[in-house]
Amino acid sequence: MSATTQTPQKLRTRKPLTVGTVAKNVSALVLAVVFVFPVYWMFSSSLKPQHEIMTKDPVFVFTPTLENYTTATGVDLFWTYVTNSLMVTIGAVLLALLVALAASFAIARMRFKGRKGIVLIVMLAQMAPWEVMVIAMYMISRENDMLNSIPMLTLVYFVMVLPFTIWTLRGFIAAVPVELEEAAQIDGCTRGQAFRKVIFPLLAPGLMSTSLFGFITAWNEFAMILMLNKDKESQTLTLWLTQFQTAFGSDWGATMAASTLFALPVLVVFLFLQRKAVGGMTAGAVKG
Amino acid sequence: MTVDSQGTATADPQDAPGRAAGKSQTPPPSSGPKEVLQPPRGRRSLPSGLLPYLLVAPALLSMAALLLYPLIRNVILSFQQLNRKEFITRETVWTGFDNYTELLGDSHFWTVVVRSVVFTAVNVALIMAIGTGIGLLLNRLGKKMRLVLSLSLMFAWAMPIVASVTVFRWLFDEQFGVANWVMRTLGFSGYEQHNWFETGFSTLVIILLLLVWGSVPFVALNMYAGLTTVGTELYEAAKMDGASGWRTFWAVVFPNLKSFFMITTFLEIIWIFKAFAQVYAMNQGGPDRGSETLPVYAYIEGVGQFHYGVAAAISILTIVMLIAVMSFYFRLILKQEEEL
Repeated sequence: MSATTQTPQKLRTRKPLTVGTVAKNVSALVLAVVFVFPVYWMFSSSLKPQHEIMTKDPVFVFTPTLENYTTATGVDLFWTYVTNSLMVTIGAVLLALLVALAASFAIARMRFKGRKGIVLIVMLAQMAPWEVMVIAMYMISRENDMLNSIPMLTLVYFVMVLPFTIWTLRGFIAAVPVELEEAAQIDGCTRGQAFRKVIFPLLAPGLMSTSLFGFITAWNEFAMILMLNKDKESQTLTLWLTQFQTAFGSDWGATMAASTLFALPVLVVFLFLQRKAVGGMTAGAVKG
Repeated sequence: MTVDSQGTATADPQDAPGRAAGKSQTPPPSSGPKEVLQPPRGRRSLPSGLLPYLLVAPALLSMAALLLYPLIRNVILSFQQLNRKEFITRETVWTGFDNYTELLGDSHFWTVVVRSVVFTAVNVALIMAIGTGIGLLLNRLGKKMRLVLSLSLMFAWAMPIVASVTVFRWLFDEQFGVANWVMRTLGFSGYEQHNWFETGFSTLVIILLLLVWGSVPFVALNMYAGLTTVGTELYEAAKMDGASGWRTFWAVVFPNLKSFFMITTFLEIIWIFKAFAQVYAMNQGGPDRGSETLPVYAYIEGVGQFHYGVAAAISILTIVMLIAVMSFYFRLILKQEEEL
């Protein structure tokens, strides 16, 4: 009897401000500010006129200007870097999707000898320490005259995102009920047609998020491009950004504009994917 | 991550989010009906023969060519002398274990090893502690505050590594950086033009801040996702029994999310230990090679010093250390993965 009356009372008294709730919300607010600050500062610095960046005491209110963006995009070869980045990432992701779709279909839908071994290989490959393999990759590319080559970089990125793509797609394919496929086959489809007409459309959202994660990985990659593509003409935005600082001395406004330009596509994609990144992805990605 | 992140994206960072959380998350709802469906499902769809091998072949071949082969080449390179001369003349000079004996007798190598291990340990401890704390906080916040905090964490998580390194360099700029202004505002003296990258140690501290900032969101948000599956009844029960917050955590939350904690910890160890972009782009391992961690050390020994053979040996030793950590990780993952 006493227990039942106690609970509603407790609930009611906890709603109004207590020290605990205030502390909770204040610390949440402080943490939110701390975590978002670097991103905010990048963005706001990129919009500041020169003289309001070079100040001892930071300026928080200012009239935004786009002059930094003009400086950043006016750099020699800027559009080459953009094209290179896009070619490398899109090429790698498309290639990975194609190859992974076949592999993950086999893994998710067929029983064959060595299947478990392949799944293990994919899991291992996913943890490959690429950052530590740059020396060997450099020697191999050098021997094959593939230094400063966009196709080579595309291939490397393709293998970099491949294991993850297989792993994720396998989950998405397994989530499509076999019965659908069988029904299509009974209705006269071949296995290939059943895949194309039934499974593939259902996979669309999965393909979308998988490729966007692959895009982020390839877009952000740094160690490999630093090692393999030293020629200006064959560099991507990643290198452009790290070398920007050195080239522009302390033009932080333009540097921050460059950072913003580089980060923006990823931020947009990520926020779009956020549900999938946390938890949601698990449904498809984790459990087959 | 990084998406990683750490990213990157952690990049990098990106593959495991789902996984780590999902492990703890999916089993309860999905395993029930699936267990019933699974066995017939696999066997029914089977007129295969060679087909599965043909479908898997392109993937396996490309991984063999661009992942396995470089790894093997790395091992081979580590047994060669490959300095400036051999590099230019392209001749192969075998030296057996010389590169390894040279390294193991080199005090600089051991400095870097100890530095990398300590750096990783401190980083991971901070990431796990802060990440868990924020995860727990998220779970207890009201709807609006939770959205604000998660959105802010999302931004930190999503920031591309190279962009965030650039921003941190700006935040800690000697002349116009916000960090110096904050220190001055807080009343510390000596921050008129403090150079945050003066020593290897101070550089590593900035890199540590960057890594923690970039990796905490992954732990916190997945922790929160995991917590929502624990179910409020357990907390309520613990609270009824008069357990303190600390007790509740160790008695209720931790046991339920133990595998999540273990897997995430090992993932973070692996990610931080092999972090290259953050360390290199921040200060190129400097000043005076004082902020080199193992991956950066290998790169600089090769490209900077023209000791490609030694560099290959360093990377092999690094990979061996990583494999040791990964073996624990895989044991955990495989235990979870009842159906491969």
